Amino acid sequence: MNTIVTVLYYVLTAYIAVLIVWNFLKRKSWQEELLYVIVLIPFVLRLLRLK
Amino acid sequence: MMRKLVSAAIGTALAVFAGISFHHSRHLREPVVPGPAVSRVATLGDYFAPLKGTINDANIYILEGKEPGGTVLLLGGTHPEEPAGRLAAWIFAENAELRQGRILLVLSANRSGTTATRIGGAYPADFTIPTAWGGQTFRMGDRWSNPLDQWPDPEVYLHYPSRQQLAYVDIRNLNRCFPGRPDGLLTERTCYAICELIRREKVDIEIDFHEAELQYPVISTIVAHERGADLAAAASMFISSLEGFAIGVENSPKALRGLSHREIGDATGAISLLLEAPEPFLDATRGRTDRRLLLTGRDPFVVRAGRRGLLFEKIDEKGWPIDVRVGRHTSTVLQVLEIWSGDHPDRAVVVAGVPRYAEVVEKGTGAFLKDPKSVDPGRLSFE
Ligand SMILES: [Zn+2]
Repeated sequence: MNTIVTVLYYVLTAYIAVLIVWNFLKRKSWQEELLYVIVLIPFVLRLLRLK
Repeated sequence: MMRKLVSAAIGTALAVFAGISFHHSRHLREPVVPGPAVSRVATLGDYFAPLKGTINDANIYILEGKEPGGTVLLLGGTHPEEPAGRLAAWIFAENAELRQGRILLVLSANRSGTTATRIGGAYPADFTIPTAWGGQTFRMGDRWSNPLDQWPDPEVYLHYPSRQQLAYVDIRNLNRCFPGRPDGLLTERTCYAICELIRREKVDIEIDFHEAELQYPVISTIVAHERGADLAAAASMFISSLEGFAIGVENSPKALRGLSHREIGDATGAISLLLEAPEPFLDATRGRTDRRLLLTGRDPFVVRAGRRGLLFEKIDEKGWPIDVRVGRHTSTVLQVLEIWSGDHPDRAVVVAGVPRYAEVVEKGTGAFLKDPKSVDPGRLSFE
């Protein structure tokens, strides 16, 4: 049961990461782009099981 | 398009830089040179099979004397952000000679917690204790198991079996999960394995090493289960008159669940004691949270808090160096063992070769860490 919940959280993390990338691609201003890039980092590190 | 590529490159660079640092912090190997009394090294998984092969399948160093006697368990690394506890246990593992009885040593009770530092805490990833042979580097850890090993946290943490409601994050705090739950999460299962070890090895006394911020009222003290109250009181008296530092005694509260001093005493036959030493690094009012502060315990902001009467322990410009904190732990254990052995000759644990407070302060913790290059690599253990 706990393992299923953990896997679902990784799926959720991946989903949010994809949304962030999507938003990054849609941005017109450099400042907003950088903001999305920085927000993305913890999601990527968790998916790669680094943090 | 070009701009997007530059942004993505900046992000990748930051992620790689952070990722390497986190990977290093999680996988740094810490060598142990087992001392003369270590007869074998078991793991927690030997006492509770589901833990086998997990990150919390911690080493148990079994030190045996020539004569049979009692058994003592020393727990280092229950809270890995309190490094004096791990270092004190390390000194026992590498130096202790045993005349009678047994000492069981765990240097990384919550091994998962040693592999990550506090999110947003700006902790250093590691620290180095200087030695004559160059220095030994240790992982700096945190109070809670690494979320990579136990995630997510529940909205509400109900302690098992009391059903007391605790802070949600404390479901990853080893010292809030005792006596543990065999079908629980990793931290609860680790507590269960430690209790199984205590029951199966018929441990007489379990001593859990900690450090506390100076703003926390439970500091410079032995917290004792009621079955250990007399032992702790006698140790406190002898320490305060013989060892060169003062230590108090607190009774383990009955209403506060999940803590080792309460639950191990209730759930097993062992007397449970918990030692707290002062660690200014943990104080909320500290300044720069770096390796220097971790090792010297010197911080002008904590000193200022002390002048305003906000602390439960004294501090001045000399701070609370790591050697002072480690020496407090070694001397306290030695006094507890001497008093216990005097009162229980058939269950005695008689140890030599472990430095007391004055010696650790004079020579430094590093003087009692063994050079891993000095022994056959096959003899080394890694934490
Ligand atoms: Zn602690």
